[in-house]
Amino acid sequence: MSARDRILARVRAAVDGAPEAPPAARDYLTSHTPDDPAALLDLLHENLADYRALVHRTDPAGVGPLIGRLLGARGSASVLAPAGLPPEWLAHTTCVRVEDTPDATAAELDAVDSVVTGCALAIAETGTLVLDAGPDQGRRRITLVPDHHICVVRIPHQLVASVPQAMLRLDPRRPLTWISGPSATSDIELDRVEGVHGPRTLEVVLVGE
Amino acid sequence: MSGTFVGMPAFPKAARDAVRDETLRGNLRHATHTIRDKRATAVAELADWQELREAGRRIKDHTLRHLDRYLVQLEESVTAAGGIVHWAADADEANRIVGELVKATGESEVVKVKSMATQEIGLNEALAAEGIHAYETDLAELIVQLGDDRPSHILVPAIHRNRGEIRDIFREKMASWGRPAPDGLTEEPADLAEAARLHLREKFLRAKVAISGANFMVAETGTLVVFESEGNGRMCLTLPETLISVVGIEKVVPTWQDLEVFLQTLPRSSTAERMNPYTSMWTGTTDGDGPRTFHLVLLDNGRTDALADDIGRQALRCIRCSACLNVCPVYERAGGHAYGSVYPGPIGAILTPQLRGTTSEIDASLPYASSLCGACYEVCPVAIDIPEVLVHLREKVAEQGGPGHRLEKAAMKAASWVMDHPAVMAAGERAALRTRALHPKRPPGAGAWTESRDLPELPEEPFRDWWRKNRT
Ligand code: SF4
Repeated sequence: MSARDRILARVRAAVDGAPEAPPAARDYLTSHTPDDPAALLDLLHENLADYRALVHRTDPAGVGPLIGRLLGARGSASVLAPAGLPPEWLAHTTCVRVEDTPDATAAELDAVDSVVTGCALAIAETGTLVLDAGPDQGRRRITLVPDHHICVVRIPHQLVASVPQAMLRLDPRRPLTWISGPSATSDIELDRVEGVHGPRTLEVVLVGE
Repeated sequence: MSGTFVGMPAFPKAARDAVRDETLRGNLRHATHTIRDKRATAVAELADWQELREAGRRIKDHTLRHLDRYLVQLEESVTAAGGIVHWAADADEANRIVGELVKATGESEVVKVKSMATQEIGLNEALAAEGIHAYETDLAELIVQLGDDRPSHILVPAIHRNRGEIRDIFREKMASWGRPAPDGLTEEPADLAEAARLHLREKFLRAKVAISGANFMVAETGTLVVFESEGNGRMCLTLPETLISVVGIEKVVPTWQDLEVFLQTLPRSSTAERMNPYTSMWTGTTDGDGPRTFHLVLLDNGRTDALADDIGRQALRCIRCSACLNVCPVYERAGGHAYGSVYPGPIGAILTPQLRGTTSEIDASLPYASSLCGACYEVCPVAIDIPEVLVHLREKVAEQGGPGHRLEKAAMKAASWVMDHPAVMAAGERAALRTRALHPKRPPGAGAWTESRDLPELPEEPFRDWWRKNRT
């Protein structure tokens, strides 16, 4: 008998005669936040900042200049960008643009100073950005290896209040990365330290449309 | 379970040594109190906490009741998404499968994401015997691995180490595992984290094979989920060419939507955050993004034994948040190592004897390593009634040992250890009243020992409650 058959047989024998257990009721809330777009935006901002992301707000015309300033302030010489990033987002920087290609080695990514991406959506209640490897986000590793990540969120259509609302909009067939603040550890006496293996600086650009 | 802890003394002996270690107790007390206070705040933010807790409980109970169906569905979904599914009945089988998969890649090094399942089966040791180096990449696991130590907490495995000890371990050991610690390394947490970053980045960038566990697997879609904070998980899950995930069969949930419950309850119960910094979800493989080959090893290793126990099976609901450890007065004093398995604290006291059976002294003593205070049940995000299972397992242990039996002695020693620690008992008094009917009047297996020393009867009302009510 294969291990598979053995395990399944053991499972069946173990629950044989056990009382029926119906699927869960879903009487929990689908949101914990009043339905007010301005308040939702403030909540996202606050929760992102609470986990030490650096948050900026601008309008569509301001995105390029703002990103240019952020890269300049950081002193970045190179910036990684996915193929589908709106060109105007990088129109105001002199950084060398590095493309996100499948054959780039991890060591090459490690040499890049910053990365700029969009996102699939942002969750206000938890201060979370979700990336789904869409054209303006690129491969999962590009937002991981460089030490500085700038992520652009388009408000209001990329903003949801809660985790249940986010689940409805995400496609599980895509690889998903949920990001809540920069990389952090509390393993040493529970003191929170930012940046162990992922980017030590996360900047979020909230763009009102 | 693995041989890692073979030769562990029974709980009371291990606990006694731990209680004598003042540094350890200080580190533990600070850590558990900090997390539990923060957790209460994070939970209070959600008005529907009880509904989420109940939904989590029911999702898990429903899945366990139909585990065969969901495992088969999971296998189909993972396969359809480009993954390869393996089944392992026990630790040896799982270790053999993983060892062969690694060898087939031609590699002799793997990077690992913190995973209790792989600790449970002693995977690192098994791989070492095959000439394969497994590098732990979670900072706390790195501290444990470099220190040739064992994890003592589910969430923060190096909780028993303070910053000075960590610096010493890094200075002494990093060089023999790869990049040495920087000169003049201080004991500042930021410097220690930086040293770990540099040390491990070398390994991430060259790794071709990674091994992980998973917090959840979705039957409907074949999606696996890993919660983490540091980014080491993301490194392992996305940079290597081959990913091997070893996951207990109880980690499956039926639907994509089910995740929304645990995405809300796990981080808040665990690190007391609204959300942990990184959560990765992957479904099979994706062309040009992440590993080209994905293997899922489904692990039984005693879980079907636990499933067969109609009271004990609720332990399989556990989502390994560690909230029960942080509120447990026994864990706080005894420390994680005293439990003699990778699952410490209240959950360990009920899970380990079910996974391994109770034929060893340490496993027979575990159901007695508790004051039955009920705090663990109160905080558990999937409402596992740990005191109920403890009492049930005590009965089982009592049945198998006759008077003077060595297992009975181990059990009695654990019970007397708890009774000899007044602070532990005091914490236990109040809630124990709720399970009063379940308490044996005498320790089970009434032998010579019990004739001279009956268990104290529980008072109708704890003295301190009476005092508070009546003193005004
Ligand atoms: S038993 Fe409950 S509280 Fe303890 S680790 Fe498991 S889920 Fe968390």
